[in-house]
Amino acid sequence: MINPLPNTHTQVVYQRPKSLTTAVTHYCPGCTHGVSQRLVAEVLDEMGLREKAIGVASVGCSVFAYNYFDVDFVEAAHGRAPAMATGIKRVFPDRTVFTYQGDGDLASIGMAEVMHAAARGENITIIFINNAIYGMTGGQMAPTTLPGMKTTSSPLGRDIEMTGMPIRMAELLSKMDGSSFVVRRSLHDATNIRKAKKAIRTAFEVQQQGLGFSLVELLSTCPTNWDLTPNEALSFVEEKMIPYFELGDYKVADAVKALKL
Amino acid sequence: MPAKGWIEVNELHCKGCELCVQACPQEVMSLDKTRLTPKGYHPVQLHAEGCTGCAICAVVCPEAALTVYRQIESRPVAAAA
Ligand SMILES: Cc1ncc(C[n+]2csc(CCOP(=O)(O)OP(=O)(O)O)c2C)c(N)n1
Ligand code: SF4
Ligand code: SF4
Ligand code: SF4
Repeated sequence: MINPLPNTHTQVVYQRPKSLTTAVTHYCPGCTHGVSQRLVAEVLDEMGLREKAIGVASVGCSVFAYNYFDVDFVEAAHGRAPAMATGIKRVFPDRTVFTYQGDGDLASIGMAEVMHAAARGENITIIFINNAIYGMTGGQMAPTTLPGMKTTSSPLGRDIEMTGMPIRMAELLSKMDGSSFVVRRSLHDATNIRKAKKAIRTAFEVQQQGLGFSLVELLSTCPTNWDLTPNEALSFVEEKMIPYFELGDYKVADAVKALKL
Repeated sequence: MPAKGWIEVNELHCKGCELCVQACPQEVMSLDKTRLTPKGYHPVQLHAEGCTGCAICAVVCPEAALTVYRQIESRPVAAAA
Protein backbone atom coordinates (compact mmCIF):
# COMPACT_ATOMS: atom_id res chain seq x y z
CA MET A 1 0.00 0.00 0.00
CA ILE A 2 1.22 3.52 -0.76
CA ASN A 3 2.15 5.61 2.26
CA PRO A 4 -0.81 8.01 2.52
CA LEU A 5 1.26 10.41 4.60
CA PRO A 6 3.76 12.26 2.37
CA ASN A 7 7.26 13.28 3.49
CA THR A 8 7.46 10.62 6.17
CA HIS A 9 9.30 7.37 6.60
CA THR A 10 7.25 4.23 7.00
CA GLN A 11 7.76 1.71 9.77
CA VAL A 12 6.08 -1.70 9.76
CA VAL A 13 4.62 -2.17 13.25
CA TYR A 14 3.04 -5.56 12.66
CA GLN A 15 3.10 -8.12 9.88
CA ARG A 16 2.01 -11.71 9.44
CA PRO A 17 4.61 -14.07 10.97
CA LYS A 18 6.84 -16.05 8.59
CA SER A 19 6.10 -19.28 10.47
CA LEU A 20 2.53 -19.18 9.09
CA THR A 21 1.86 -20.24 5.52
CA THR A 22 -0.42 -18.11 3.34
CA ALA A 23 -3.15 -20.78 3.47
CA VAL A 24 -6.65 -19.59 4.35
CA THR A 25 -7.73 -21.37 7.56
CA HIS A 26 -10.96 -23.35 7.82
CA TYR A 27 -11.64 -21.83 11.26
CA CYS A 28 -15.00 -20.16 11.78
CA PRO A 29 -14.80 -16.32 11.69
CA GLY A 30 -13.57 -14.97 15.02
CA CYS A 31 -12.49 -18.34 16.48
CA THR A 32 -9.46 -17.76 18.70
CA HIS A 33 -7.76 -20.97 17.54
CA GLY A 34 -6.36 -18.56 14.95
CA VAL A 35 -4.99 -16.25 17.64
CA SER A 36 -3.15 -19.01 19.49
CA GLN A 37 -1.63 -20.36 16.28
CA ARG A 38 -0.54 -16.89 15.29
CA LEU A 39 1.13 -16.44 18.71
CA VAL A 40 3.03 -19.72 18.39
CA ALA A 41 4.18 -18.65 14.91
CA GLU A 42 5.29 -15.22 16.20
CA VAL A 43 7.31 -16.85 18.99
CA LEU A 44 8.95 -19.33 16.58
CA ASP A 45 9.89 -16.37 14.34
CA GLU A 46 11.27 -14.31 17.20
CA MET A 47 13.31 -17.20 18.66
CA GLY A 48 14.63 -18.19 15.23
CA LEU A 49 13.17 -21.68 15.58
CA ARG A 50 11.32 -21.93 12.28
CA GLU A 51 13.84 -24.38 10.80
CA LYS A 52 14.19 -26.32 14.06
CA ALA A 53 10.58 -26.77 15.17
CA ILE A 54 8.47 -29.89 14.70
CA GLY A 55 4.77 -29.54 15.51
CA VAL A 56 2.35 -32.35 16.29
CA ALA A 57 -1.27 -31.60 15.37
CA SER A 58 -4.14 -33.22 17.24
CA VAL A 59 -7.64 -34.27 16.20
CA GLY A 60 -10.22 -31.52 16.56
CA CYS A 61 -10.70 -28.21 14.78
CA SER A 62 -6.92 -27.75 14.77
CA VAL A 63 -6.48 -30.99 12.80
CA PHE A 64 -5.22 -29.08 9.75
CA ALA A 65 -2.68 -27.02 11.74
CA TYR A 66 0.03 -28.62 9.59
CA ASN A 67 -1.32 -26.67 6.61
CA TYR A 68 -1.13 -23.36 8.48
CA PHE A 69 2.32 -23.53 10.10
CA ASP A 70 5.31 -23.17 7.81
CA VAL A 71 7.38 -25.56 9.96
CA ASP A 72 7.77 -29.35 9.96
CA PHE A 73 4.56 -30.94 11.18
CA VAL A 74 2.97 -34.32 11.74
CA GLU A 75 -0.56 -35.35 12.64
CA ALA A 76 -1.21 -37.67 15.59
CA ALA A 77 -4.09 -40.05 16.25
CA HIS A 78 -6.74 -38.55 18.56
CA GLY A 79 -5.16 -37.73 21.94
CA ARG A 80 -1.81 -39.29 21.18
CA ALA A 81 0.14 -36.13 20.31
CA PRO A 82 2.26 -36.13 23.53
CA ALA A 83 3.31 -39.74 22.85
CA MET A 84 4.26 -38.91 19.28
CA ALA A 85 6.09 -35.76 20.42
CA THR A 86 7.98 -37.88 22.97
CA GLY A 87 9.27 -40.17 20.24
CA ILE A 88 10.25 -37.29 17.96
CA LYS A 89 12.05 -35.41 20.73
CA ARG A 90 13.98 -38.47 21.85
CA VAL A 91 15.16 -39.15 18.31
CA PHE A 92 15.88 -35.48 17.53
CA PRO A 93 16.80 -33.95 20.91
CA ASP A 94 17.97 -30.68 19.37
CA ARG A 95 14.72 -29.96 17.57
CA THR A 96 11.98 -27.93 19.27
CA VAL A 97 8.95 -30.19 19.54
CA PHE A 98 5.46 -29.03 20.41
CA THR A 99 1.91 -30.35 20.32
CA TYR A 100 -1.21 -28.27 19.66
CA GLN A 101 -4.24 -29.93 21.28
CA GLY A 102 -7.86 -29.15 22.07
CA ASP A 103 -9.57 -30.01 25.35
CA GLY A 104 -11.47 -32.98 23.94
CA ASP A 105 -8.23 -34.31 22.53
CA LEU A 106 -6.04 -33.64 25.59
CA ALA A 107 -8.39 -33.94 28.56
CA SER A 108 -10.63 -36.77 27.36
CA ILE A 109 -9.32 -39.40 24.94
CA GLY A 110 -5.70 -38.23 25.41
CA MET A 111 -5.68 -37.97 29.21
CA ALA A 112 -3.26 -40.89 29.64
CA GLU A 113 -0.73 -39.58 27.14
CA VAL A 114 -0.46 -36.10 28.60
CA MET A 115 -0.32 -37.29 32.22
CA HIS A 116 2.46 -39.75 31.50
CA ALA A 117 4.42 -37.26 29.38
CA ALA A 118 4.30 -34.91 32.39
CA ALA A 119 5.17 -37.73 34.79
CA ARG A 120 8.26 -38.53 32.71
CA GLY A 121 9.22 -34.86 32.59
CA GLU A 122 9.40 -35.19 28.83
CA ASN A 123 11.23 -32.20 27.31
CA ILE A 124 8.35 -31.11 25.03
CA THR A 125 5.97 -28.14 24.91
CA ILE A 126 2.20 -28.50 24.84
CA ILE A 127 -0.12 -25.75 23.63
CA PHE A 128 -3.51 -26.68 25.09
CA ILE A 129 -6.62 -24.94 23.74
CA ASN A 130 -9.50 -25.06 26.19
CA ASN A 131 -12.76 -23.94 24.58
CA ALA A 132 -14.97 -26.00 26.90
CA ILE A 133 -16.47 -28.01 24.04
CA TYR A 134 -15.83 -30.48 21.20
CA GLY A 135 -15.79 -27.98 18.36
CA MET A 136 -15.07 -30.12 15.32
CA THR A 137 -17.70 -32.79 15.86
CA GLY A 138 -20.63 -30.45 16.43
CA GLY A 139 -20.42 -29.00 19.92
CA GLN A 140 -20.67 -31.97 22.29
CA MET A 141 -19.87 -31.76 26.01
CA ALA A 142 -16.18 -31.91 26.88
CA PRO A 143 -14.53 -32.73 30.23
CA THR A 144 -14.04 -28.94 30.47
CA THR A 145 -17.67 -27.93 29.79
CA LEU A 146 -18.91 -25.60 32.53
CA PRO A 147 -21.67 -26.68 34.97
CA GLY A 148 -25.06 -25.94 33.41
CA MET A 149 -23.54 -25.16 30.01
CA LYS A 150 -25.74 -26.27 27.09
CA THR A 151 -24.08 -28.42 24.44
CA THR A 152 -25.51 -30.77 21.81
CA SER A 153 -24.96 -33.72 24.17
CA SER A 154 -26.12 -31.84 27.28
CA PRO A 155 -29.09 -29.93 25.82
CA LEU A 156 -30.47 -29.11 29.26
CA GLY A 157 -27.10 -27.94 30.51
CA ARG A 158 -24.21 -29.97 31.99
CA ASP A 159 -25.61 -31.95 34.92
CA ILE A 160 -22.80 -32.19 37.47
CA GLU A 161 -24.71 -34.83 39.50
CA MET A 162 -24.37 -37.14 36.53
CA THR A 163 -21.12 -35.98 34.90
CA GLY A 164 -19.09 -34.40 37.69
CA MET A 165 -17.28 -31.10 37.59
CA PRO A 166 -15.06 -29.83 34.76
CA ILE A 167 -11.43 -30.95 34.86
CA ARG A 168 -8.85 -28.25 35.51
CA MET A 169 -5.91 -29.58 33.53
CA ALA A 170 -3.30 -26.96 34.44
CA GLU A 171 -3.88 -27.53 38.17
CA LEU A 172 -3.81 -31.31 37.69
CA LEU A 173 -0.59 -31.34 35.64
CA SER A 174 1.12 -28.95 38.05
CA LYS A 175 0.91 -31.72 40.70
CA MET A 176 3.04 -34.07 38.62
CA ASP A 177 6.64 -34.15 39.86
CA GLY A 178 7.89 -34.21 36.27
CA SER A 179 6.27 -30.99 35.06
CA SER A 180 8.42 -27.85 34.98
CA PHE A 181 6.26 -25.04 33.61
CA VAL A 182 2.45 -25.15 33.65
CA VAL A 183 0.38 -21.97 33.32
CA ARG A 184 -3.09 -20.84 32.21
CA ARG A 185 -3.72 -17.74 30.12
CA SER A 186 -6.68 -16.36 28.15
CA LEU A 187 -7.18 -15.00 24.64
CA HIS A 188 -10.15 -12.71 25.32
CA ASP A 189 -8.45 -9.31 24.85
CA ALA A 190 -5.22 -7.72 23.64
CA THR A 191 -3.64 -7.51 27.11
CA ASN A 192 -4.28 -11.18 27.83
CA ILE A 193 -3.16 -12.18 24.34
CA ARG A 194 0.18 -10.46 25.00
CA LYS A 195 0.52 -12.35 28.30
CA ALA A 196 -0.32 -15.60 26.51
CA LYS A 197 2.42 -14.95 23.99
CA LYS A 198 4.95 -14.35 26.75
CA ALA A 199 3.98 -17.65 28.38
CA ILE A 200 4.37 -19.51 25.06
CA ARG A 201 7.80 -17.97 24.69
CA THR A 202 8.80 -19.06 28.20
CA ALA A 203 7.54 -22.59 27.51
CA PHE A 204 9.77 -22.84 24.44
CA GLU A 205 12.72 -21.39 26.40
CA VAL A 206 12.18 -24.10 29.03
CA GLN A 207 12.46 -26.73 26.31
CA GLN A 208 15.51 -25.03 24.74
CA GLN A 209 17.26 -25.17 28.12
CA GLY A 210 16.36 -28.84 28.53
CA LEU A 211 14.29 -28.18 31.64
CA GLY A 212 11.47 -30.60 30.87
CA PHE A 213 7.71 -30.64 30.41
CA SER A 214 6.05 -27.29 29.64
CA LEU A 215 2.36 -26.63 28.99
CA VAL A 216 0.41 -23.44 28.31
CA GLU A 217 -3.37 -23.76 28.67
CA LEU A 218 -5.19 -21.08 26.69
CA LEU A 219 -8.85 -20.22 27.29
CA SER A 220 -10.28 -19.94 23.78
CA THR A 221 -13.62 -19.38 22.07
CA CYS A 222 -15.97 -21.47 19.96
CA PRO A 223 -18.49 -18.88 18.75
CA THR A 224 -20.16 -21.37 16.42
CA ASN A 225 -21.00 -24.05 18.97
CA TRP A 226 -21.56 -21.61 21.83
CA ASP A 227 -24.09 -19.89 19.56
CA LEU A 228 -22.56 -16.46 20.20
CA THR A 229 -21.02 -13.77 18.00
CA PRO A 230 -17.21 -13.68 18.10
CA ASN A 231 -17.22 -10.64 20.38
CA GLU A 232 -19.90 -12.10 22.66
CA ALA A 233 -17.77 -15.24 22.90
CA LEU A 234 -14.86 -13.17 24.24
CA SER A 235 -17.17 -11.89 26.99
CA PHE A 236 -18.19 -15.48 27.76
CA VAL A 237 -14.53 -16.38 28.32
CA GLU A 238 -14.02 -13.40 30.60
CA GLU A 239 -17.24 -13.67 32.59
CA LYS A 240 -17.96 -17.42 32.67
CA MET A 241 -14.77 -19.36 32.02
CA ILE A 242 -12.14 -17.39 33.95
CA PRO A 243 -13.99 -17.62 37.31
CA TYR A 244 -13.78 -21.44 37.09
CA PHE A 245 -10.53 -21.76 35.10
CA GLU A 246 -8.52 -19.15 36.98
CA LEU A 247 -5.55 -17.67 35.17
CA GLY A 248 -2.17 -18.13 36.78
CA ASP A 249 1.19 -19.86 37.03
CA TYR A 250 0.50 -23.30 38.46
CA LYS A 251 4.00 -24.74 38.24
CA VAL A 252 7.22 -22.83 37.72
CA ALA A 253 10.08 -25.10 38.76
CA ASP A 254 13.08 -23.50 40.50
CA ALA A 255 15.26 -24.11 37.44
CA VAL A 256 12.70 -22.21 35.32
CA LYS A 257 12.60 -19.33 37.82
CA ALA A 258 16.40 -19.20 37.58
CA LEU A 259 16.10 -18.44 33.85
CA LYS A 260 14.80 -14.99 34.89
CA LEU A 261 12.89 -14.52 31.63
CA MET B 1 0.75 15.08 18.16
CA PRO B 2 -0.25 11.42 18.35
CA ALA B 3 1.52 9.01 16.03
CA LYS B 4 -0.11 8.49 12.65
CA GLY B 5 -0.66 5.01 11.35
CA TRP B 6 -2.63 2.97 8.88
CA ILE B 7 -3.44 -0.64 8.18
CA GLU B 8 -3.45 -2.90 5.17
CA VAL B 9 -6.11 -5.62 5.08
CA ASN B 10 -5.30 -8.93 3.39
CA GLU B 11 -8.73 -9.65 1.96
CA LEU B 12 -7.93 -13.28 1.27
CA HIS B 13 -7.58 -13.83 5.03
CA CYS B 14 -10.05 -11.35 6.59
CA LYS B 15 -13.30 -13.06 7.62
CA GLY B 16 -15.16 -9.97 8.80
CA CYS B 17 -15.36 -11.30 12.37
CA GLU B 18 -15.26 -7.77 13.86
CA LEU B 19 -12.90 -8.65 16.72
CA CYS B 20 -10.58 -5.85 15.53
CA VAL B 21 -13.52 -3.46 15.11
CA GLN B 22 -14.42 -3.82 18.79
CA ALA B 23 -10.80 -3.77 20.00
CA CYS B 24 -9.63 -0.66 18.12
CA PRO B 25 -9.25 2.08 20.75
CA GLN B 26 -9.71 4.84 18.14
CA GLU B 27 -12.95 3.32 16.78
CA VAL B 28 -11.82 3.87 13.20
CA MET B 29 -12.54 0.36 11.87
CA SER B 30 -15.72 -1.05 10.38
CA LEU B 31 -16.83 -3.65 7.86
CA ASP B 32 -17.20 -2.50 4.28
CA LYS B 33 -20.76 -3.69 3.67
CA THR B 34 -20.58 -2.72 0.01
CA ARG B 35 -17.92 -5.31 -0.81
CA LEU B 36 -17.26 -9.03 -0.48
CA THR B 37 -13.90 -10.82 -0.21
CA PRO B 38 -13.14 -13.81 -2.50
CA LYS B 39 -14.37 -16.00 0.37
CA GLY B 40 -17.64 -14.09 0.71
CA TYR B 41 -17.06 -11.97 3.80
CA HIS B 42 -17.35 -8.21 4.20
CA PRO B 43 -13.76 -7.02 4.69
CA VAL B 44 -12.74 -4.66 7.44
CA GLN B 45 -11.64 -1.13 6.52
CA LEU B 46 -10.50 2.15 8.07
CA HIS B 47 -13.51 4.46 7.81
CA ALA B 48 -12.04 7.57 9.43
CA GLU B 49 -8.82 9.38 10.26
CA GLY B 50 -7.22 8.75 13.61
CA CYS B 51 -5.41 5.43 13.34
CA THR B 52 -2.32 5.62 15.56
CA GLY B 53 -0.63 2.42 14.38
CA CYS B 54 -1.01 0.89 17.85
CA ALA B 55 -1.47 -2.60 16.29
CA ILE B 56 -4.09 -3.70 18.81
CA CYS B 57 -6.25 -4.77 15.86
CA ALA B 58 -3.44 -7.05 14.66
CA VAL B 59 -2.95 -8.50 18.14
CA VAL B 60 -6.58 -9.68 18.31
CA CYS B 61 -6.95 -10.77 14.66
CA PRO B 62 -7.27 -14.58 14.44
CA GLU B 63 -6.40 -14.65 10.75
CA ALA B 64 -3.22 -12.53 10.82
CA ALA B 65 -4.93 -10.52 8.10
CA LEU B 66 -3.60 -7.11 9.09
CA THR B 67 -0.33 -5.33 8.44
CA VAL B 68 0.11 -2.19 10.53
CA TYR B 69 2.27 0.77 9.55
CA ARG B 70 3.33 3.85 11.42
CA GLN B 71 4.67 7.18 10.26
CA ILE B 72 8.12 8.20 11.44
CA GLU B 73 8.62 11.95 11.43
CA SER B 74 12.37 12.11 10.84
CA ARG B 75 13.69 10.94 7.51
CA PRO B 76 15.90 7.85 7.58
CA VAL B 77 19.65 8.56 7.83
CA ALA B 78 20.43 6.87 4.51
CA ALA B 79 17.94 9.07 2.66
CA ALA B 80 19.26 12.23 4.29
CA ALA B 81 22.89 11.52 3.43
C1 LIG C 1 -10.54 -42.29 18.02
C2 LIG C 1 -11.47 -41.16 17.74
N1 LIG C 1 -12.55 -40.96 18.53
C3 LIG C 1 -13.39 -39.94 18.31
C4 LIG C 1 -13.17 -39.08 17.25
C5 LIG C 1 -14.14 -37.94 17.00
N2 LIG C 1 -13.60 -36.64 17.36
C6 LIG C 1 -13.02 -35.84 16.46
S1 LIG C 1 -12.54 -34.37 17.09
C7 LIG C 1 -13.15 -34.77 18.63
C8 LIG C 1 -13.06 -33.81 19.78
C9 LIG C 1 -12.54 -32.47 19.42
O1 LIG C 1 -12.65 -31.57 20.47
P1 LIG C 1 -11.45 -30.70 21.00
O2 LIG C 1 -10.24 -31.54 21.20
O3 LIG C 1 -11.94 -29.96 22.19
O4 LIG C 1 -11.07 -29.73 19.81
P2 LIG C 1 -11.89 -28.52 19.15
O5 LIG C 1 -12.52 -29.10 17.94
O6 LIG C 1 -12.86 -27.98 20.15
O7 LIG C 1 -10.82 -27.54 18.81
C10 LIG C 1 -13.71 -36.05 18.61
C11 LIG C 1 -14.34 -36.69 19.77
C12 LIG C 1 -12.04 -39.31 16.43
N3 LIG C 1 -11.74 -38.52 15.40
N4 LIG C 1 -11.22 -40.36 16.69
S1 SF4 D 1 -16.26 -25.08 15.51
FE1 SF4 D 1 -15.65 -23.76 17.22
S2 SF4 D 1 -13.51 -24.33 17.71
FE2 SF4 D 1 -14.00 -25.13 15.66
S3 SF4 D 1 -13.30 -23.54 14.20
FE3 SF4 D 1 -15.49 -23.18 14.60
S4 SF4 D 1 -15.52 -21.73 16.30
FE4 SF4 D 1 -13.45 -22.61 16.25
S1 SF4 E 1 -10.05 -9.40 13.30
FE1 SF4 E 1 -9.00 -10.00 11.39
S2 SF4 E 1 -10.41 -11.43 10.36
FE2 SF4 E 1 -11.59 -10.34 11.94
S3 SF4 E 1 -12.51 -8.59 10.84
FE3 SF4 E 1 -10.57 -7.86 11.73
S4 SF4 E 1 -9.04 -8.17 10.10
FE4 SF4 E 1 -10.84 -9.37 9.53
S1 SF4 F 1 -3.54 0.26 14.55
FE1 SF4 F 1 -4.69 0.81 16.42
S2 SF4 F 1 -5.78 2.69 15.87
FE2 SF4 F 1 -5.09 1.78 13.94
S3 SF4 F 1 -6.85 0.56 13.24
FE3 SF4 F 1 -5.51 -0.81 14.44
S4 SF4 F 1 -6.32 -0.74 16.52
FE4 SF4 F 1 -7.19 1.02 15.41
